[in-house]
Amino acid sequence: MKIRNLNSIKSKHWLLILLAVGVLLVGIDSLTDGKTPIRYLTSYTIVPLQKGISNVGAWMNDFSDSYKTLAEMKEQNKELENRVNELTTENIRLNQNQFELERLRDLYKLDEDYSDYEKVGARVIANNGSNWFSDFLIDKGSKDGIKKNATVLAGAGLVGIVTEVNSHTAIVRSIIDDASNVSGMILSTSDTCVVRGDLTELSNGKIPFEKLANNDNVVEVGEQIVTSHISPSFLQGILIGYVSEVNVDANKLTRSGYITPAVDFSKLQEVLVITTTKEELTQSKE
Amino acid sequence: MKRKIITGIIIVLCFLLQTTVFDALSFSHIKPNLLIIVTASFGFMRGKKSGMFVGFICGLLSDMAFGNILGFDGIIFTLIGYGNGFFHRIFFDDDIKLPLALIGISDFLYGVVVYLTAFLLQGDFRFPYYLLHVILPELVYTIVITLVLYQIILYINKKLTKEEQRSASKFV
Repeated sequence: MKIRNLNSIKSKHWLLILLAVGVLLVGIDSLTDGKTPIRYLTSYTIVPLQKGISNVGAWMNDFSDSYKTLAEMKEQNKELENRVNELTTENIRLNQNQFELERLRDLYKLDEDYSDYEKVGARVIANNGSNWFSDFLIDKGSKDGIKKNATVLAGAGLVGIVTEVNSHTAIVRSIIDDASNVSGMILSTSDTCVVRGDLTELSNGKIPFEKLANNDNVVEVGEQIVTSHISPSFLQGILIGYVSEVNVDANKLTRSGYITPAVDFSKLQEVLVITTTKEELTQSKE
Repeated sequence: MKRKIITGIIIVLCFLLQTTVFDALSFSHIKPNLLIIVTASFGFMRGKKSGMFVGFICGLLSDMAFGNILGFDGIIFTLIGYGNGFFHRIFFDDDIKLPLALIGISDFLYGVVVYLTAFLLQGDFRFPYYLLHVILPELVYTIVITLVLYQIILYINKKLTKEEQRSASKFV
């Protein structure tokens, strides 16, 4: 009897019911600031499946990698040897600088060091299904020490920021996402700028930057841009990318241009998450 | 009951494929929208009611995994499923043109709504760019995938319908 009643409801009324539920969910979600309990459902149902699929994908990648030809390997070996030589000379030079830096730091009583944050490695297990946003899911969460607004790296470059944390997963918004804004700094001159993710530049593999002061400091193509000291959520001194184009704006007060990011966002498989957030770092000092 | 379980499996499978496998198969950052294909085809294959329930679940799933606002995609997909239900009356199994057109239109509308809500409201007026570089490529890729995925969904639906008719006739 009950089932007959359910079937007799007209589709028009079902539509209204479903829309009402949808609107209700939107309301709850905006009131609770994205912490609706329903969201936790997926982390126990869908996420394990996504993890499985991406593990298979990673395994297949390994499989195809191990069948590279000998010639390719030799060539790569040669390349890498050259690189080692280059890096060794560079390392020596940097070591000398390091000694000098330490001495100067002692003089200035700047004992803080930004270089060794504690990090957690995580695997990317799913990407946003739509073509409009560039956020992705990683397989570590609050149980592994990841917090909201934690900085995410891959290799040596900045990837993005954690926007949402569940117990065993977290969502990361990458810096190429349209909603992303990062306060950057030209490494050589310490001038700050804003690195703004843009969907329209995504296919060119570039990120625009803007609001760089148009002063006497010359910014050349290839210079490094790192996260700045004034950013409220990104830790300082993390490489974002290299300047690939710089122009003076029409107002003659600022400069803008494009960055080639240090990370290849199309092949992101593993990332590193820094477990200390900038907020904690700045608060603990007070 | 069997139909409900199989429909659920189709939805979850498509969602999983979209978030994992198709990310690797994307052409210049564009991937197809499998959930639109599922929602729209259930709409015109089974009618308004099925369409909007499938749409609601698909939308909620994509909301829960990533969506910025929970329930937003749910509403859009519900409406898409319901709208496709209107074409149930003129739908025939062996005609592929109507499904292709309907899925194409659904995907286009979805793209436009996302642009209006997530980009235009933030003062981003570059619609022609998004149309040419996101919405239309996605539409083309989605239609290409439709040619395969739709046949599978249609086949499953045919089989289920046949089975239901058989078991119904047993009771008569």
